[in-house]
Amino acid sequence: MINPDSVGRTFHGADQITVTQSEIDAFAAVIGETDTTVAPPTFSIRISLSQYESILTQPEIGVNWSRLVHGDQKFEIFRPVVAGDVFTCSATIETLRVAAGNEIISVRSDLHNGAELVVSSWSTLVVRG
Amino acid sequence: MIEVGTVLAEKIFFIDRALLKAYADASGDQNPIHQNEEFALSVGLPNVIAHGMLTMALAGKYVTDWAGGSANIREFSARFIKPVIVPADQQVDLTVVATVAEVDGNCIKLDITATSAGIKVLGMAKAVVIK
Repeated sequence: MINPDSVGRTFHGADQITVTQSEIDAFAAVIGETDTTVAPPTFSIRISLSQYESILTQPEIGVNWSRLVHGDQKFEIFRPVVAGDVFTCSATIETLRVAAGNEIISVRSDLHNGAELVVSSWSTLVVRG
Repeated sequence: MIEVGTVLAEKIFFIDRALLKAYADASGDQNPIHQNEEFALSVGLPNVIAHGMLTMALAGKYVTDWAGGSANIREFSARFIKPVIVPADQQVDLTVVATVAEVDGNCIKLDITATSAGIKVLGMAKAVVIK
């Protein structure tokens, strides 16, 4: 069960993630994008999801990652992600509700390069009961 | 002049198991429901399914092409309402089309429709682009 006390709190990922050109190239190749000077609009999910996994599965939050389904996703992109960006990622648990035995959390992720907010994203994650 | 209600040209992407593997490697999402048929069936799915985020990434490519590049996308959102089912040794379609929903100067909001095998797979899919 997800700890209800985690709602409204912001958790910070421990890692600094450096975006490499080869990561952008690989992501772009999958969708047939040939211009790799900037990352495709959904590229940052690569960072957010891995950070969510390490943050949200901590015992004080308690998300069961193996039963997770992605419900919806929104990105607000303040400037495109480029190779050489060094991101820190925070996760804010905005809401938690239980429906039909499933736990449904809405999590906001902010990716900062230094003091600059580059991408905010919102994910609804469903932990199947 | 771009007018509200304009329907953009449809584009069809093709998804197969090799693309799911490539997306898993590129995104870091190695959930076996997207690669291993036995595992997918064991958790009650009809077959291997595509990553919702792959579907969204392809819809993003559609938007990006129209907007003149990835740098022009400001907002992008979608709900994953039905899975894209990807049987072995088959290519399934992801058919994407969009309608101009709002125009505010050079800022344009698109409503996006994405279907696979005739079934709507993304809900409330929207993008805001600068064009």
